[in-house]
Amino acid sequence: MAWTEKVLRVNLTTGLCQSEPLNMEWVQQYLGQRGLASKYLLEEIDPACDALSSENKLIMATGPLTGTMAATGGRYSVITKSPLTHTIACSNSGGFIGAEIKNAGWDMVIFEGRAEKPVYLYLENDQAQLLDAADLWGKSAWETDELIHKKHQDPLLRIACVGRSAEKGCLYSAIINDLHRAAGRSGVGTVMASKNLKAVAVRGTKGVGNIKDFPAFMQTTQEAKAVLAADGVTGEGLPAYGTQVLMNVINEIGAMPTRNMREVQFEGAENISAEAMLKLRSSDNKANLTTNAACFGCTIACGRISTVDKGHFSIKNKPEYWGASGGLEYEAAWALGSDIGVDDLDALTYANFICNEDGIDPISFGSTLAAAMELYQMGVISDQDTGGIALKFGSAEALVKMVELTAKGEGFGLELALGSKRFCEKYGHPDLSMTVKGQEFPAYDPRAIQGMGLTYATSNRGACHLRSYTVSSEVLGVPEKTDPLETEGKPALVKAFQDVSAAIDSSGLCAFTTFAWTLDNIAPQIDAACQGGWTTDKLLEVGERIWNMERQFNLQAGFTAKDDTLPKRMLTEAAKTGPAKGRVNDLNKMLPEYYQLRGWDEEGEPTAATLARLSL
Amino acid sequence: MQKSLNIDAHKCTGCLQCELACSYEKEGVFNPSRSRIKVFTFHDLGRFSPYTCTQCSEAWCLHACPVEAIVDNQVIGAKEVLNDVCVGCKVCTIACPFGTINYNTDTGKVAKCDLCDGDPACAKACPTAAITYVDAEQTGLSKMQKYAQLNLNGGE
Repeated sequence: MAWTEKVLRVNLTTGLCQSEPLNMEWVQQYLGQRGLASKYLLEEIDPACDALSSENKLIMATGPLTGTMAATGGRYSVITKSPLTHTIACSNSGGFIGAEIKNAGWDMVIFEGRAEKPVYLYLENDQAQLLDAADLWGKSAWETDELIHKKHQDPLLRIACVGRSAEKGCLYSAIINDLHRAAGRSGVGTVMASKNLKAVAVRGTKGVGNIKDFPAFMQTTQEAKAVLAADGVTGEGLPAYGTQVLMNVINEIGAMPTRNMREVQFEGAENISAEAMLKLRSSDNKANLTTNAACFGCTIACGRISTVDKGHFSIKNKPEYWGASGGLEYEAAWALGSDIGVDDLDALTYANFICNEDGIDPISFGSTLAAAMELYQMGVISDQDTGGIALKFGSAEALVKMVELTAKGEGFGLELALGSKRFCEKYGHPDLSMTVKGQEFPAYDPRAIQGMGLTYATSNRGACHLRSYTVSSEVLGVPEKTDPLETEGKPALVKAFQDVSAAIDSSGLCAFTTFAWTLDNIAPQIDAACQGGWTTDKLLEVGERIWNMERQFNLQAGFTAKDDTLPKRMLTEAAKTGPAKGRVNDLNKMLPEYYQLRGWDEEGEPTAATLARLSL
Repeated sequence: MQKSLNIDAHKCTGCLQCELACSYEKEGVFNPSRSRIKVFTFHDLGRFSPYTCTQCSEAWCLHACPVEAIVDNQVIGAKEVLNDVCVGCKVCTIACPFGTINYNTDTGKVAKCDLCDGDPACAKACPTAAITYVDAEQTGLSKMQKYAQLNLNGGE
């Protein structure tokens, strides 16, 4: 059946860890991971609750294919109410801990309440214990990882933990697993720290054995792997260049948000691109990219492992950063690079290390820093505010200093830790915050890729590219090419991508497979593993149900149609260069049709008929 | 012709498909902790390295076994553990200089790579050809070829 059919419930207030059966009725409606855990969250908490109160819960959830031999079958998600957006949050991560939780015999772990003192969960198969984390509090995620491994003398432990930023209340703190993978967005790490939960350390030796039809599963996963290997993106582009393959492409079509999204093309893009990461440095004759790396079970291996030039100012006297670690993905390279006008590849890579070391979302951090730089340029923020650091666009020194301060929760870093929305409100210029529902934009300018405007405006977790990556169609032509400057047809495209993504995020597989796979490749893999007749149609229905359920959560949390919008800059300030020159995002042309296609009324609420159709 | 597993760590991405394939082949479950081949991550170096039994000719494990539970499959060159003979004394795990034979607490026996009857699942599952199954007498062939090519260019 692929599910272990067991949930571990950890009550941090009482210290009790209990096993309970998985709700198998919900499984048929929500599949697993994102969908299923969101259903649990909606049923168990008041969506209007304070995200940082003990009332909120945090769920670490695997999908039915997590831990199996299906390509990319290692994903897990963290589901909770976000302190950054106040919406439902679901942050997805690769690495190895998801499969380890599954191997230990659990589909999900639900954390509730709040521990009186810092603790960490030690989970070895059936045995779950909350252990004292007094000595881990105040440590970075990297230090925490090392200390727990040493303490248990077990190098095979897989660990997810929060760094200092989360402890200090940074609203976009991530949960770092396996040193450099992250449940990165929406401040899920902030929630974890608010519960005094420092880490989750797992050792699972049971394996995943309850596959419905093993021979069929082996055959269908094998065929699907061949599809990934033969595809130009998943077979060649991603392993060689990672997601950074996009840097020059997106810059060329004028969709590269630059300097707090005032511009749409970055003159230094080439210097921080995938191609730049492969170039040999003159100082040590080595490339920034050391190797590509895979998450659990992934036959694509898009991960970047990089080193910073030892002579670079950021690490000159810090040998602890001379080794290799998680390198730049496209989103991080954009947020730490073009959005603040910095094209120093080593500075970006170092800043990315720091984001991993202390668990901060580089997108939200970079975007907040970009807003701060704009305010500095306007004279609203002065050197006095920043502690003497000149927050100039293009300053690698400012990037390095500010990421360090934010990571540790010190000085002006505590201001940046508010996130762009609260930061800009505090300094009297809310319009300069490039956010939707309080979450910062990713690296695709919606003036040049119209569908992404609708994607951001309607995303259930605030601005996010992964909820419906229409870039795939509008730029890359997958599964079919649409015109990025056109709004016609985009509401249907966004809806379709949202539903498909919701299903995939609930399966245990990685979204990147969809450069080569459609649901027709995915459904047979799920069906061979799971009871329930999993067809493409059923997955689409499950995806749509999940989307509407998340919407219900947000409506109950107090959101309305008014929140489905974009910053003024995207709607009124035209792109200055590139193919989209003169264009704004025409959200108002797309949104009404989108509501209609969704079966929502003009207030953006699902109609009774829609809810009935989806059994909600 | 006997064949050997040939491991090129430079090609490994650390995906663990080999461990999943091995555990499925041998135990009928996806379970890296039960795999006879292990991928090691050297994080600071940014390197991954799969490692498993090299099937020594004069196998320490085989000679150390007090009950002759480890036998030489001369057709494929594998040293195989006879489960119904093994008493779980673990002497072989001490004798092996490479650590590639290990005790399984569930079965009370030891387990090691046996080359899957001459069709190793790990090599078939490896997406990057970091693990291949090649002529046992020519495992150095691809390396030789690489250096031969360098030679063409005058050693540059």
